[in-house]
Amino acid sequence: MERMEPRARSDAYGSRINRSHSPLVANIVPWLSILLGSLLPVFPIAAALPMVPPLGFLMLLGWRLVRPGLLPVWAGFPLGLFDDLFSGQPFGFAILFWSATLLAIEFVEMRLPWRAFWQDWFTAGILVAAYILGGWMLSGATPTLPSFVALVPQLVFSILVFPIIARFIARLDRLRLRRWKRV
Amino acid sequence: MAPGGTRRSGYSRRAQYNLFTGYIIAGVGALIGAVLLALSFFQPTFFGGPRSAAQDAATPATETVATVRTGSKSLWDSVRGYYRAGSKNAELKREMELARIRLKEAEAVRQENKRLKGLLDLQDQERKPVAVARLIGSTSASTRRFAYLGAGERDGVRVGMPVRSPRGVVGRILETGRDSSRVLLLTDSESVLPVRRAGDEVVAFAEGRGDSLLRIKLINLGINPLKPGDMFVTSGAGGYYPPGIAVAIVTELTDDGGLARIVSDPAATDFVAIEPIFEPDGAQGATTPIEEELGD
Repeated sequence: MERMEPRARSDAYGSRINRSHSPLVANIVPWLSILLGSLLPVFPIAAALPMVPPLGFLMLLGWRLVRPGLLPVWAGFPLGLFDDLFSGQPFGFAILFWSATLLAIEFVEMRLPWRAFWQDWFTAGILVAAYILGGWMLSGATPTLPSFVALVPQLVFSILVFPIIARFIARLDRLRLRRWKRV
Repeated sequence: MAPGGTRRSGYSRRAQYNLFTGYIIAGVGALIGAVLLALSFFQPTFFGGPRSAAQDAATPATETVATVRTGSKSLWDSVRGYYRAGSKNAELKREMELARIRLKEAEAVRQENKRLKGLLDLQDQERKPVAVARLIGSTSASTRRFAYLGAGERDGVRVGMPVRSPRGVVGRILETGRDSSRVLLLTDSESVLPVRRAGDEVVAFAEGRGDSLLRIKLINLGINPLKPGDMFVTSGAGGYYPPGIAVAIVTELTDDGGLARIVSDPAATDFVAIEPIFEPDGAQGATTPIEEELGD
């Protein structure tokens, strides 16, 4: 007898027989990855310039734009609260900006429900630029020209790193919906 | 990817209410954020408690990473040391001999200093650091230049204490938690430090610019006496830092002083020492508004 193709009964998320998604993993991965993104910039020691892109914010944008409908509109409040504890900006900055960002994306989505990736990249680029510039203006210190110039590398890097983050989130999304559970 | 169907609530009352409530909560969340932001502008230390608690909670992870970082750095240094080892060795030996002679001379000067101070009845007490700890992190995504330190209130660290590395000043303690604290680095644009030129009495302020350089602002304006390469050390004014610690080297001249590069790069230091406030009374006097009178 001819053997069956071993992968015929599986899809991108694993075998479809005898396996099912884990609700815990499916729900926790987006939140946890954004929290980790907020925490990561603490580790490098940057004494000269802001070098690391705001990874928590980029992860939030990524999840919102790569998988619309997954994060609720109000997710900016709890996630921003956590980011504020570590970011070094005055407390409340991330709560305000992350909530406003999710509302803004909701508005964009209402106008343009079908988008290509480069349109998402454009949206993310504008939002991250607004976020970094807003952070410069509302940092608690007097905004000066040299500190503005010092932002440029971070700004460029943040915009360029978004496609990588989007791919990474697509990977995480596959992990999220993987069929772990034996039934 | 196109949005899923959950946003179109259709005729379902429940879906409509859910959607509407989501928007309301998001809007209220943004408003709360704005209020908190305004609050922390007027009271920057207001949220210090939760912030340092969060930092304390993250300390095990950050401490581990800091240990690995300093370890890998020294490995890299020792690998690099092999490059042109012979000629470097000879040069170092020559320097070492000279340094030994200078050291003996310095000892003699120190002895003489002690004798002269004894004549003048000046007392020099030994200054011991409060704690020695690693820099375990920084706010590398923010415009502000803060670093996190692996020692907190339990080690005796208090707000305002100067932080220094073997090379020079790193910054000042801004907030303390139980096991970690936050340091305002010299490069932050809110950091101001009274300095003087090593070797003479040209006094100035060293202000962070937020772009890795310090701005040296001379107090006595006139002909700019600075030259690129001048070293600035703490002057001891203000009462926080003890005098004579290296701060920065002038690289460029401006109208009212110059731009300087910091001597002690926090990213290149393994351990830093937290020292007690140099003159607590003086520091208190400096923070008291002019309208208020200092008690005794």
